[in-house]
Amino acid sequence: MTKTNTKVRSKRYTASPTFGFTEETLNAPSNSPLGSYRNSAWSAFKEEAMPTTKDEAWRRTDLRKIPFDSFQFPADGAFNELAPVPEALLAPLVGDQHGGQITLLAGGAKVSLAPEIEKKGVVFTDFKTAEKEHPELLAKLIGNVVRAEDGKFAALTAALSQNGILLYVPRGVQVEEPLHSVLWGAGDNLAHLSHLVIYVDEGASVTYVHEAASPDDSLSMHAGIVEITVSDGANLRFVELQSWGSEIVNFSHERAKIGKDANLDWIFGAVGSRLTKNFSDLDLVGKGANGRMSGFYFADGEQHLDHDTQQNHLVPNTYSDLLFKGALKENSRSVWQGMIFVAPGAQQTDGYQANRNLILSDTARADSIPGLEISADDVRCSHGTTIGKIDPEPLFYLLSRGIPQEDAERLVVEGFFDPIMQRIPFEGVRNRFQEAIKEKLK
Amino acid sequence: MSTLTIRNLHVSIEGKEILKGLNLEIKSGEIHAIMGPNGTGKSTLAYALMGHPSYEVTEGEIIFDGEDVLELDVDERSRAGLFLAFQYPVSIPGVTVANFLRTALNSRRRAENPEDKGISILDFRKTLKEKMDLLKMDHAFAGRYLNDGFSGGEKKRAEILQMATLKPKIAVLDETDSGLDIDALRIVSDGVNALSGDDLGVVVITHYQRLLNHIKPQFVHIMFDGRIVESAGPELALRLEEHGYDWVREKYAEAVAA
Repeated sequence: MTKTNTKVRSKRYTASPTFGFTEETLNAPSNSPLGSYRNSAWSAFKEEAMPTTKDEAWRRTDLRKIPFDSFQFPADGAFNELAPVPEALLAPLVGDQHGGQITLLAGGAKVSLAPEIEKKGVVFTDFKTAEKEHPELLAKLIGNVVRAEDGKFAALTAALSQNGILLYVPRGVQVEEPLHSVLWGAGDNLAHLSHLVIYVDEGASVTYVHEAASPDDSLSMHAGIVEITVSDGANLRFVELQSWGSEIVNFSHERAKIGKDANLDWIFGAVGSRLTKNFSDLDLVGKGANGRMSGFYFADGEQHLDHDTQQNHLVPNTYSDLLFKGALKENSRSVWQGMIFVAPGAQQTDGYQANRNLILSDTARADSIPGLEISADDVRCSHGTTIGKIDPEPLFYLLSRGIPQEDAERLVVEGFFDPIMQRIPFEGVRNRFQEAIKEKLK
Repeated sequence: MSTLTIRNLHVSIEGKEILKGLNLEIKSGEIHAIMGPNGTGKSTLAYALMGHPSYEVTEGEIIFDGEDVLELDVDERSRAGLFLAFQYPVSIPGVTVANFLRTALNSRRRAENPEDKGISILDFRKTLKEKMDLLKMDHAFAGRYLNDGFSGGEKKRAEILQMATLKPKIAVLDETDSGLDIDALRIVSDGVNALSGDDLGVVVITHYQRLLNHIKPQFVHIMFDGRIVESAGPELALRLEEHGYDWVREKYAEAVAA
């Protein structure tokens, strides 16, 4: 008997278009400090398949309609022909002034750092400068926390990102003035890649705010890596805001490694992009390590925001606390998938995660998937998630005091986000969020 | 001088008629008490007046200074000068008393003049402190989330604080005395008395006479089965205090049955 094996390929399962990048795009001469790093990342990029909804981490984020084959790298100096960075983005969000500021642009970067901070040995500069002025430091620190093998977009960024920031704070140095960077993704059909390497050495302390944005009509993509080391006894307050334009697709792999008695206060704000898939992981690797993650998102229109978080307690006596809160309007969708992982023997762990969603329309949707994987028996871990609508009774109460519908809804939404605002010690950042809420509720 | 006129008001909740032809007229400077047994529609009157969407007006009219109240949205009714002190004030987590009241005041200003920049923070703080002092409230109250974790007495005081700040022309106090101990009752009553005067008309909805020892109404009405069945001076409240509601039930339940 002959066995016929007929396979019918359904159109619905067509994979997304793949990138058009070739080996020629790779800028990794062997004598450059990042040569071997980029070469091995390129191998990973070629090996990694494009994620599909069959991959667990990508089940709820479908990439098939994204024209990856149309994205090109910006030429050197491309920004000169593109929309400039709005002044408002360059204003300080923390305190009255910056200790330093970097603007990452399509095909370029601008850097400034206060001389008194530079004198302390702090490095805060873009990759091109770092490759020339701090080649050994950059080569030593890059790729230690996020690996190219972590995913297709991590490999893409690691191999091909020409733009990036190196922040190094030497042992015991306290940087008083906050540092600020802006990634400005102007232009169409561009692949903006950014790579942030943040290393806070033992006992050092710094506040850093990074914001990514683009003009509202730019149709481009961003892929990024953020790798953070907070060494023993060090302190980092790191604020990340994304207000990408409404047509941007945005991917990032982010991980922070926190040492003994070190603290990370990590704040996320997401209001932009057409589609975002973001991985943010906390690795608590030293006793007494403490990581707090506070996330704010507000989606409207057709936006799709997918945040994947992990709190990895790898040694005993570590603490993590995650709160993500989001509001959704119109046809938007959010996904939050979180995991608290407690390694075998990681006793005396405190791990908390909560995700709260407020749905403002009948067609918006939030998925909230908490997770615990605990391999130690003396731990305190908890998680909670909620997805709810605005109650009519509080609204009626506010209306009955003469507050118009739009303002009443805004008050309720602001009230919903207040627990996140309480966790943000920077007035400028809080104001930015509040403006975003106002804008979204118009 | 303001006048609120309610004529032949019929109100249903989910198809069930609760108010069955209620008539009432209140002028500024007057204090009215509406009393009656539970379930006769007192709170329904309060909510319908304010425009709660669950309360459907099927017949009748409400006229306030010549304006058809039933044509106004909830927020417009408030800005026109109507106020309801809720029996069960709703908590708004994350919104402070100060933020809420400032938003409410600014809504009034913007309705008058869309270009209005809003009350200055200094002026607002001054006003709020004055009103809180009137109600013997700790100033820290302004920074608390509205009604969130408030005791029964704090909630009722917060209602009167709102009334003091928003300066309505006609205020309906829906069982503001319920859940208050005697000290809180006195503070709330003193507050209402201080606010009432030529510019304000007050309707006190209550179950018990005891509030009326502190707030003296000129008019007392008894509500039964969705209507006002008796109206008289303060002596009517004393009669209820002495004889309870049984005589009302006997007199009007028969009429309803007949």
